[in-house]
Amino acid sequence: MKRCNPAFWFVAPALALILVFFVLPVAAALALSFTDFDLYALGDPARLRFIGFGNYRRLLADAEFWTALKNTLYFVIVGGPLSVLVSLAAALLVNHRLTPLKGLFRSLLFLPVVTTLVAVAVVWRYVYQPRYGMLNHLLEALGIDSIDWLGDPDWAMPAIILMAVWKNFGFNMIVFVAGLQSIPESLYEAAAIDGAGPRQQLLYITLPLLAPTFLFVGVVTLIGHFQLFAEPYVMTQGGPANSTLSIALLMYQQGFRWWNLGYASAIAFVLFSIVLAATVLQARLEK
Amino acid sequence: MEFWAFGGEGQIARELAVEFEQENPGVRVRVQQIPWSAAHEKLLTAYAGDNLPDVFQLGNTWIAEFTALRALEDMTAGFEAFGRSGDFFPATLDAAVIDGKLRAVPWYVDTRLLFYRRDLLAQVGYPEPPRSWDGWVEALRRLRESGRGAAAFLPVNEWQVPAILALQRGAGLLKDDGRYGDFLHPDCKAAFEFYLRLFRENLAPAASAGQIANFYLEFGRGAFAVSVTGPWSPGEFRRRLPGLPPRAWGTAPMPSFDDSYPGLSLAGGASLAIAAGSRRKDAAWKLVEFLTAPQQQLRLYRLTGDLPPGKTAWNDPALTEDGKAQAFRRQMERLTAPPKIPEWERIASRIAACAEKAVRGEQTATAALETLNREVDEILEKRRWLLEHGR
Repeated sequence: MKRCNPAFWFVAPALALILVFFVLPVAAALALSFTDFDLYALGDPARLRFIGFGNYRRLLADAEFWTALKNTLYFVIVGGPLSVLVSLAAALLVNHRLTPLKGLFRSLLFLPVVTTLVAVAVVWRYVYQPRYGMLNHLLEALGIDSIDWLGDPDWAMPAIILMAVWKNFGFNMIVFVAGLQSIPESLYEAAAIDGAGPRQQLLYITLPLLAPTFLFVGVVTLIGHFQLFAEPYVMTQGGPANSTLSIALLMYQQGFRWWNLGYASAIAFVLFSIVLAATVLQARLEK
Repeated sequence: MEFWAFGGEGQIARELAVEFEQENPGVRVRVQQIPWSAAHEKLLTAYAGDNLPDVFQLGNTWIAEFTALRALEDMTAGFEAFGRSGDFFPATLDAAVIDGKLRAVPWYVDTRLLFYRRDLLAQVGYPEPPRSWDGWVEALRRLRESGRGAAAFLPVNEWQVPAILALQRGAGLLKDDGRYGDFLHPDCKAAFEFYLRLFRENLAPAASAGQIANFYLEFGRGAFAVSVTGPWSPGEFRRRLPGLPPRAWGTAPMPSFDDSYPGLSLAGGASLAIAAGSRRKDAAWKLVEFLTAPQQQLRLYRLTGDLPPGKTAWNDPALTEDGKAQAFRRQMERLTAPPKIPEWERIASRIAACAEKAVRGEQTATAALETLNREVDEILEKRRWLLEHGR
């Protein structure tokens, strides 16, 4: 009998946990996505039907799904790069030689990331309030007409993006700061001797050497943004007129509002495929 | 014993339970208060985990759903034993009867009717609110021409008003025992056209509830003079508009399509149910009997403004002397429950979505109704299959 590699026993507990709490549920969800599991089936398993790819076919014909996909892409394409740019800018500022109290600024800018989203949402709802909100007061002071941020279908998604960027940029900022600190100081000194100004140093030293960090930040941001859920869930419930309905929110509504777990599982796997495809594509492009 | 109540009722449930505990020494009631927005999910999750409370509040449109799950105790015989079935308004009891069995006992009633600015209507020649659809359109036109802004406000993302209008015209909304949608029926089409006319003629703005800054303040300012809303509104008006004199506004039953004033409205509200799997049914029955007795109905009305489902409570001076409540009393005689099938909430959300599209001009009336009918037929597919196979 061949002896088992002792290393196996060391990873076994972790593997067992992954198997029970990840692999099994995912497999169950995949099986569920080929059935019409709903309220009726919840009450009596005999009312469950196997419907093959029925859920997936229905999904392609579902206008709500396409709306949700469009909204999610809007959030990913506009919110993702914006979030990366803001965090990069914040990292450059925080990491600059002339910045005093670096640790304090880093902590302050990181604070929104660790704040509970629900508390953040309550405050931002006040900020966005059309008549008494701070944002519209500012706009009026600048002579701009006030905007019904969360009530107007055209403005609700920009409002969500703004809040999401504010809430999340701190995490990427820390990653960028780590990347910046790993760039040897000697390179900047050499560049300065060769007469390179701050702009050239940024373009030819900082950014190229940050490339691996960019890949990591880009992939993590992309995946996170595709899973947009909590912000619209607490701020708008997908409204007005479905303008902030994301795929994950649609999945939640189908699954836990209407209890169409079969259909919701199908949405989950479609979302997974989209994220996988987008991540692979992005990783290729950045290489 | 566990008791779950939602929203405003949840806030005062503890208070009601204390009195019950005093009357029934030996019974301890653990009250859980849950916001309405989470109630449905929480109940379903509890059901899935075999963990339903002994007694719980249940929105009337959810009764069919939980009956399909076989989660509710049959209350037909036990309720007869209370000896109060004659006291309840028939429509309120009917809302809790599924396939001939009573599944919950009505706790309070929620219906929609007209709220109007008496002073503004009087200025355009209507000291009394009109009683018919045509009368209302005429009054709204005059209000619009008086140039005070919009005449009416009907949130375009709600299903109730289009559904009420269709029910008044005699449309059944569904056909063949709830197997198919019936939204292409001529009566339903006619009602929907009438509904859309209110927006096309600019009698009401195409705005959703979230788009108007503050419904109550705008009503107080006279930005609109007529709306259709529910029993929670009188309390809000009094609280938020201390400057608006009571005689400046009023409530009236729904206008009717023909001469049968008052016109039909929806029987909504909530009931109290007992979990089929409860192990403390005796105590549960006592709590339900206690909470639905006329005195407690009145107490609930005083604490929350929820309307009593029984006639005895309505004879109390607190209600008979309140002119605003009396319109609800008259409306109670003319209520009808929306179709009692588990899919109703989903169908209602589709009605709201399609009506909104038509109001905003993204689809014609006919196209919107066709979409709605197709979507509803799809939602009902499982129900048809179950009925055919006798499951």
